[in-house]
Amino acid sequence: MTLHMLPYLLAFLLLVVGLYALVAKRNVIKVIVGLLIMDYAVNLLLVLVGYRVVGGGAPMAPILTPDLTPADIAARAVDPLPQALILTSIVIGLSVTALVVALAIRLYDRYGTFDTGRMRNLRG
Amino acid sequence: MRGMSLIVKNTTRLVAGFIALFGAYIVLYGHVTPGGGFAGGVIVAGALVLVVLAFGERFSREVISHEVVRASDAAGALAFLGVALFGYLAPNAGAFFANFPDLLGTPGNLLSAGTIPISNLAIGVKVGAGLFGVFLALALFRRRGEQRLMVPDAGRLDSEAQR
Amino acid sequence: MENLLPLFVAIPLAGGFLMPVLGRFFGPGRSSAILPILMVAGVLVLAVRLVLLPDAQTPPYWMGAWDFPIGVSLVADGLSKLVVLLVALISLLVLVFSMDYMTHYTHPGLYYGLFMLLLAGMNGVVLAGDLFNLFVFIEVAGIASYALVAFGTEADELEAAFKYLVLGSIASTFVLVAIAIVYNVTGHLNLAKIAEALRAGGGLTVPIYLAAAFLLMGFALKAALVPFHAWLPDAHPSAPAPISAMLSGLLIKACGVYVLFRLVFAVFAGAEVFGIILVVLGTLSMVLGVLMAVGQWDFKRLLAYHSISQMGYVVLAIGAAAVMQARGLDDAVVALALFGGLFHLANHAVFKSLLFLCSGSVEYATGTRQLKLLGGVGRRMPVTGACLRVAALSISGVPPLNGFWSKLIIVLALVLGGFYTLAIITVIVSFVTLLSFAKVQRYVLGGEPSEATARAREVPFAMCLASIFLAVLCLASALLVLPSVRERLVDPAVAVLKAAVHLPPASDAEPSTVALDAAGRVP
Repeated sequence: MTLHMLPYLLAFLLLVVGLYALVAKRNVIKVIVGLLIMDYAVNLLLVLVGYRVVGGGAPMAPILTPDLTPADIAARAVDPLPQALILTSIVIGLSVTALVVALAIRLYDRYGTFDTGRMRNLRG
Repeated sequence: MRGMSLIVKNTTRLVAGFIALFGAYIVLYGHVTPGGGFAGGVIVAGALVLVVLAFGERFSREVISHEVVRASDAAGALAFLGVALFGYLAPNAGAFFANFPDLLGTPGNLLSAGTIPISNLAIGVKVGAGLFGVFLALALFRRRGEQRLMVPDAGRLDSEAQR
Repeated sequence: MENLLPLFVAIPLAGGFLMPVLGRFFGPGRSSAILPILMVAGVLVLAVRLVLLPDAQTPPYWMGAWDFPIGVSLVADGLSKLVVLLVALISLLVLVFSMDYMTHYTHPGLYYGLFMLLLAGMNGVVLAGDLFNLFVFIEVAGIASYALVAFGTEADELEAAFKYLVLGSIASTFVLVAIAIVYNVTGHLNLAKIAEALRAGGGLTVPIYLAAAFLLMGFALKAALVPFHAWLPDAHPSAPAPISAMLSGLLIKACGVYVLFRLVFAVFAGAEVFGIILVVLGTLSMVLGVLMAVGQWDFKRLLAYHSISQMGYVVLAIGAAAVMQARGLDDAVVALALFGGLFHLANHAVFKSLLFLCSGSVEYATGTRQLKLLGGVGRRMPVTGACLRVAALSISGVPPLNGFWSKLIIVLALVLGGFYTLAIITVIVSFVTLLSFAKVQRYVLGGEPSEATARAREVPFAMCLASIFLAVLCLASALLVLPSVRERLVDPAVAVLKAAVHLPPASDAEPSTVALDAAGRVP
């Protein structure tokens, strides 16, 4: 198990932690936190996918400053496409979080509790 | 929702404008520096949330009402869609979302990159208004039985929750 | 024509942004529906025009004039055209139905806004030519559907929406993990380019199997196949009836089954293992769905379980086609299985939406959906009763309605392919479906009017119109069996799925000169 695989393993571990919180916890807020952790774990995985170091130095951010040309960026910089994917994924995660928190507020209003074990109106 | 103490109110008076200005800077320079529409919009929404938290909901309703928030939300989104449709008119390669090649200045200038700054502005307005609207909807939700200050909850007409 | 492909997404998006603001001006009545109906009618006109053009005249549309392989494309091949037409047609009819039904709810502006966002998302999923846009539009449609399921904000509906949201988000997260892995391995996001890279680069390696596993899990949950079905029996009954029709009739197909087929065939080269997995999932869904449906006494919950079962039919047919193709069986049998699956997909969209709309009419008039409290609806509400009978006979597979033909073709294809046990299971499940709907018809339509139905009157004209139109469609889509109609509508879709599997392994030709210009389509 080489050392450069470690960040990927940690990202998957974070995903599993989020999944555990989502599945095993009964409090609605903890479920929401689990959802958030899962989202951010996948974002982290996407960051790792785009990582690229050329020439043994430090990774270069894909920002076009006046002393660089686009060819330099294409050759040496970190892959910017996963970063665009991550931005979109963060926005989607934000929207889902807003919606689920609004649902949680209204759930508390209707049921009087955050315990999903007590919300068993639908069954069968 | 009542406001907070005098110290918070005075600090907010000083600071909220700068936060909004910083957000606007991130939005407007989005094609040159990291950031862009979404990040700048979030910061602007943060400034608005700070004002509401510090001064209370009744005060901020006179400054920015819920209708204005909804309207700017829709306006920002429609402006972005308009920029995308405007790409059909781009010369010799008109397509959805196409940029205008003769408007592309030198990279690094503020006035460059064609229609991208306009898209950034539209997204900044939409995200700012949208997040602030989300905050208002979450924080000002009234439970059943309490007095309704905002628009009533969506739902069935015959449910007792509408009373 | 291909210049107009973005309009399939742009028009509903504009509606989605405008309606919450305009709803305030239109007030709570029926007039909020006019603008959405006009927009969806426009989309339907575009869809009909799109379907009538052959595949060669609708090349992929590159957004922003960025070309292959880095551009974002919208692809309208045979499979997309069929589903786009279905989505546009049924959305229009459901909108006409909601015009009157939503007078029982507050905030129609918000409802129509969310509805248009749902439509925009589904159109985007069907037309997307690259993997990440597929994901984004699935999320758009998903978020709109979570909010719409909770639209009534009663306790049941909120609980159902919460469960749906949590499970749907897990599925989306898995899909995103799969996208990350696929991008890592192939370096592209364009579906056609991924297909090319996978065939050229030595086929299916372990990371690709991992990505495929995540993708299958994610989209099987969106398509509500057993064992990923737990959200559907709660979410579909709790939504308002038109939204149940949209969810059960369109969303599980456009965002679930369609994407499964596109990925398994066009991208992952239809390997036999994926076919076997689809066959297993399909059979499980078919059997367990109908067994759980038989004991239900809530009308909409029964219909939701039947959705699971019927989706099992479609997935079974297409999985069997993949297995048959991988084992080298006769081409005509594979085409028959694919045709059966796609035909049943179209049929199910029509008769399941009709069933949910009729249940909505019954609930609008009587106020209940419990089978034991209903009775004699057929006498008090003749139009709704007739439409409900047509829909129930369709789903049970009674000739000459559309359900019979698609089920017959699926059973024939299974028998010709040598899957005798599966064919027998399919016939038995069909019979149990017939029993279940005989129970529905007896309790809802027959018998004496109960006290709930005694004060029922026929529903307003718009709702009747939508139901009658869908019932006529149930009869008309049986005509898809005829060769002349079939060649126009369904055969291109079958050709897309078959041709993608038949792609020869990459020879010494350079990948950039291989003339793949759509999602797995070889010109």
